[in-house]
Amino acid sequence: MHWSSVADFLAMGGYGLYVWGSFAVTAAVMAWEVLALGQRRRRAITQVRNWRLLSEDAR
Amino acid sequence: MSSSAIAPKTDSANRVHWFRYAAPQQFYPLAGKMLPWLWATAIVLTLAGLWVGLVVAPTDFQQGDSYRIIYIHVPAAWMSMLIYVAMAFWAGLGLVLNTRLSSMMATALAPTGALMTFIALWTGALWGKPTWGTWWVWDARLTSELLLLFLYLGFMALQAAADDPRRADRAGAIVALVGVVNVPIIYFSVKWWNTLHQGSTINPTRAPSMASIMLTGMLLMVFAFWAYCIAAALQRVRAIILEREKDADWVQQLKETQ
Repeated sequence: MHWSSVADFLAMGGYGLYVWGSFAVTAAVMAWEVLALGQRRRRAITQVRNWRLLSEDAR
Repeated sequence: MSSSAIAPKTDSANRVHWFRYAAPQQFYPLAGKMLPWLWATAIVLTLAGLWVGLVVAPTDFQQGDSYRIIYIHVPAAWMSMLIYVAMAFWAGLGLVLNTRLSSMMATALAPTGALMTFIALWTGALWGKPTWGTWWVWDARLTSELLLLFLYLGFMALQAAADDPRRADRAGAIVALVGVVNVPIIYFSVKWWNTLHQGSTINPTRAPSMASIMLTGMLLMVFAFWAYCIAAALQRVRAIILEREKDADWVQQLKETQ
């Protein structure tokens, strides 16, 4: 373990803003992509169901 | 000679039919089976990499703790280039062989590639400020990486603008293939031009210029990013398959679409 305290860890030797700014934004955009992927799948499944309903109506 | 009639048959029966998976119908369930493992690998490697990189690894004697940005900056920058090459490869294959799944794969890779490019640029700016005294400089490495972001966005915009998916595939493939010349420019820019950007940390021709514990952390993050990007692309291509093949019988009969 390199750090002596949590405050020390968060300060990142004075570079806290830059280090945490990098890690936080990376985590945020990845989390956003994962959520968007789930949403796209649910929407695709709805499209498949709607197609079926439409083709059943046409019959 | 009577055995020769049988021999080719048993031979082909024993061979793994890789081309089978070129059909969306075969690929969709295969990708679905791989996804939980890929996400799990990404999570485990990320936690291990963050632990080693942020908690265990010592401070850099030159850059202080600002160097820790390397644990995401380098993996993201590598993935931004690799994904572009993969995207151009699949787009080109789709163009030449007219295989639907190849083009869908290219389309699925683009948003994740754009995201990796954005992360590389963002973390680069946050690293540049304390080390160079500036967020941004119009030098070869940074400018060519910014161009990469525009190539991804151009590919996505062009595909979104076309009504017919197969026309979108062809138009996208042209952009992807023309833009691929930018990738070696990014990679070699630190060698070819004078730049503020530091040279490569890891180079196939010489020993890595970083302490082994730092290298361990970075490699863990590199593999974590690999797993993440493959998982994201496979999950996206599965959605694209459903969107594009919604009228196919096999899609209509899938358990999850009932």
